[in-house]
Amino acid sequence: MSIQTQAVPERTVLEVQDLAKTFHVASGASGTRELKALDGINLSVKRGETLGLVGESGCGKSTLARTLMMLEQPDGGTVRFDGQDPFALRGKSLRDWRRRVQMVFQDPFASLNARMTAGQIITEPFATHKDLYPTKAARKQRLNELLELVGLRVTDADKSPQEFSGGQRQRIGIARALALGPDLIILDEPVSALDLSVQAQVLNLLNDLQQQLGVSYIFISHDLSVVRHVTDRVAVMYLGRIIETGTTQQVFDSPLHPYTASLMSASPKLDPALRPAKRIVLQGELPSPLDPPSGCRFRTRCWKAEPICSVERPQSRVREADGKISLGMPAMGVSEEQQIAECHFPVESAAEAGLAVSA
Amino acid sequence: MATLEQATQLTKGKKRSDSRVSMFTMLLRDRFATVAAIFLTLVVLTAIFGPALMGDRATAQDLMFMNKAPFDPANGWLYFLGSDSLGRSVLARMVVATQTTLLVAVPAVLVALIIGSLWGVWAGYHRGRREAVSMRIADIIMSFPSLLLAVVVLFVFNPSAANIVLILAITRIPIYLRTARAESAELQSRTFVDAARTFGTKSNSIILRHVIPVVTPTLLTLATLEFCFVMLAESSLSFLGIGIQPPDVSWGLMVAQGRQYLQTAWWLSILPGLAIVLTAVAANVLAAWMRIATDPAQRWRLELDRKSTKAFEKATRQAAKMQVKKGND
Amino acid sequence: MMTEMLDPVAKEQAMDEAVLQVQGLDVDIRTPKGTVRVVSSVGFSARRGKTLALLGESGCGKSMTAKAIAGLLDPVASVAGGKAYLDAQDLFSMNGKRRRAVAGEGLGIVFQDALAALNPVYTIGTQLGEAFRIHRGASRKQAKAEAIELMRRVGIPEPETRVNSYPHQFSGGMRQRILIAMAVALSPKLLIADEPTTALDVTVQAQIMQLLRKLRSEEQMAVVLITHDLAVVAEEADDVCVMYAGNVVEQGSVQRVFAQPTHPYTKGLLSSVPTDAHRGQGLTSIPGSPPELSKIPAGCVYQDRCPLAAAICREQRPELHETGPGQRSACHFSQQVAEMKPIDDSATGEDAH
Repeated sequence: MSIQTQAVPERTVLEVQDLAKTFHVASGASGTRELKALDGINLSVKRGETLGLVGESGCGKSTLARTLMMLEQPDGGTVRFDGQDPFALRGKSLRDWRRRVQMVFQDPFASLNARMTAGQIITEPFATHKDLYPTKAARKQRLNELLELVGLRVTDADKSPQEFSGGQRQRIGIARALALGPDLIILDEPVSALDLSVQAQVLNLLNDLQQQLGVSYIFISHDLSVVRHVTDRVAVMYLGRIIETGTTQQVFDSPLHPYTASLMSASPKLDPALRPAKRIVLQGELPSPLDPPSGCRFRTRCWKAEPICSVERPQSRVREADGKISLGMPAMGVSEEQQIAECHFPVESAAEAGLAVSA
Repeated sequence: MATLEQATQLTKGKKRSDSRVSMFTMLLRDRFATVAAIFLTLVVLTAIFGPALMGDRATAQDLMFMNKAPFDPANGWLYFLGSDSLGRSVLARMVVATQTTLLVAVPAVLVALIIGSLWGVWAGYHRGRREAVSMRIADIIMSFPSLLLAVVVLFVFNPSAANIVLILAITRIPIYLRTARAESAELQSRTFVDAARTFGTKSNSIILRHVIPVVTPTLLTLATLEFCFVMLAESSLSFLGIGIQPPDVSWGLMVAQGRQYLQTAWWLSILPGLAIVLTAVAANVLAAWMRIATDPAQRWRLELDRKSTKAFEKATRQAAKMQVKKGND
Repeated sequence: MMTEMLDPVAKEQAMDEAVLQVQGLDVDIRTPKGTVRVVSSVGFSARRGKTLALLGESGCGKSMTAKAIAGLLDPVASVAGGKAYLDAQDLFSMNGKRRRAVAGEGLGIVFQDALAALNPVYTIGTQLGEAFRIHRGASRKQAKAEAIELMRRVGIPEPETRVNSYPHQFSGGMRQRILIAMAVALSPKLLIADEPTTALDVTVQAQIMQLLRKLRSEEQMAVVLITHDLAVVAEEADDVCVMYAGNVVEQGSVQRVFAQPTHPYTKGLLSSVPTDAHRGQGLTSIPGSPPELSKIPAGCVYQDRCPLAAAICREQRPELHETGPGQRSACHFSQQVAEMKPIDDSATGEDAH
């Protein structure tokens, strides 16, 4: 009995294992080269939870989002959504799955068709899912409900996207994603195109919606302060792999992977009291994903790199409850609270992570 | 410099709060488009009612009125545009020819437009093999000189109006196919199309809802240019004797027949030629206007009243001049 | 309370140090619907060896201000009033040729979009050497040598071979370095950096900021940093000038302004930044969005979004006035703002006009 009561709130919505996606990029006169955009991704999202996905441009986070939305076909690995593999679904069951996973896009200008009104944009999903709101009156009612939910006026339905500010447009995008009542929304940099004061409004809205509707989020962003604010758990990506996962607090305050440490250390801080005494500024830039380094992918920029890093791909290491770091099993779902990183020489202290504040 | 754009961004909200300007008002605000629309309406009305009004005047020969020069009021209204070597009224012949011309050109353009556009949009949206095969077919059709193809086909089959329409349509399909494919291929990677895919919307619905409305104005503009080409192609065929067969008459045929009298009776080919050019230009102007009027990002240009637009343009020109001057000091 | 930190002598010195002084700058844009003032009586000064940040959201006029100073306004925009002194020479009263001579050597500018700012058909060496050829009359060979030296200074590896590469062969961070190299080629007294790191990733942003700091101290340049990122301002700038709807609403030292803002907009911005303090709770946000520049209300520019707005705010536009040592605010209630606890949450949400 106790098993059941435990299992219900812990229910996993999405589980991804060893997901891989390779693009073939034309190069030169003859043939193509392989670009491994996703190279063995493991992650899981629980109901009502927000998972942050952090990484530099070109690390594969957008490809991951597109693959999870079935806009790209993966080459390997499995995706389980409530135990179902969406890529095996066809016809009506596929359409039903579509209802449960939706996406909000980064650019609130490009993601709305300028030739449609706000109302048409928000109710567009109903054209495909006709059985959901069969009558015109029902659709109209749902539209008003959605507008109200995202803080727009009912009269806004007849305006075209150009008449709205960036923040309001993003609200339209969010309303559209909510239209089908999804369980999981993938938010691809939802506030990075918005001004600071408006950004806060949209983040608050997303937070309120999650509490009201119990929806899960995958929140993709390069803005670390935003990620820290809105997420429960964080996955850090580097060149197509998730190199560290853990709860937001673990990853931000005591990162295990040198790359995570350098991200946290390098990001500018508003509060002088939080500014690290000694900052890690990485040399160089992200290597080309067409030609990733051997062994550990981060070794070319890592200050802790040793000869073994270029030979052997590092295994996952888990931080135990007592703070010790040990070689762990890469199996998912052992305990969601665990912090896991792929590194031969994980960072051990805040000072080493370049996060220690001068006394 | 996208300065006008930027500048208007600033005033956008102001204008938006006004009630939306109707298409008709927008048409009236563009002087060229208004003239073009009126002219085209006249041409169409002529094509519909002209032949009935003219009766047999287009074929009636009157040897008393041979090779009369145009614009001579002494000859009466029927010969206002002059007459040919058989004394037939050029005016009457042009009015009757309007119908024949439009009956060939309009269907030819429409058939090519519809087939080419749909095919191109479909190919561009799906990419991959469908796109590659479609483009090779287009290349093959394009590699034949379209007029030569028409000559061969019309020699073999009987040169009826329907056959002319068909052959002109088929040879012009690749033009639309290529343009539609390029635009559609670009559109299918846009974010709002991705958004529609994430609802599970079927490809055809996406094409209908998101792709076709965007590519239509471009293709219509192209179609008006093609309209001109088709009229001229028909005249070439008529010149070769495999186009419109006398006693039927088209503008193209009139140009062709008048060509041998170019030095003695210029009006025989120049006037119908002018009709072709004016119709094509009018259609083009109207298409350009429509392209702007249907584009939500451009529409503001037409929603402004003429006076403020002019004042603005003048001020901008002056400022640009001033800058150049300052720079040269 | 700190009072009168600067004695008259120190103040005098501070004035001497000012490389750029802008006074009452107005910029107008002509639109089909009439003239719109996008920058309105903006004034600030940038000091030698220090960084001044122009902080504001998109459309607040910060970039337009920089463009006006650099003489890069679009033809529809023009300076309608005010003065800008670069080393005591008024840039706006010069003719084109003289201005190019003065600004070409004295003023460098770095843009956000490095790819667009570089010409794709010339090598990096040619573009870097151009300044020396035009302003210093250097030969082709000398110019190339100078270009290589510049590339070394901004930290581009293997400058001898990379000098013959084209812009597209560089990564985003490297292109930004090249742009910075171009801007500092002639050792300008003033460097304007317009959102130099907005398009870059965190780790690269840190590198670029480090480079700018290094160059600033080497050359003792005054830097005008245009940005919307408060954390960057907090870390990089000495002085800050907060702009809203074309107006300066608050200015002063970063330390003072960020520790004790005296304008409700500054205060609102500071509390909109997600920080640990309000993790898990709602963020404090500023209601509404900035006014359209074509219909800025009479009175205070911030009245529509301000929790303190009163009758006087609708009638009278507040002047910038001293609110602390070197700190000035354009708010009728600056005293209250300074004393207020962080703006309460009641005004959250509603992204209305």
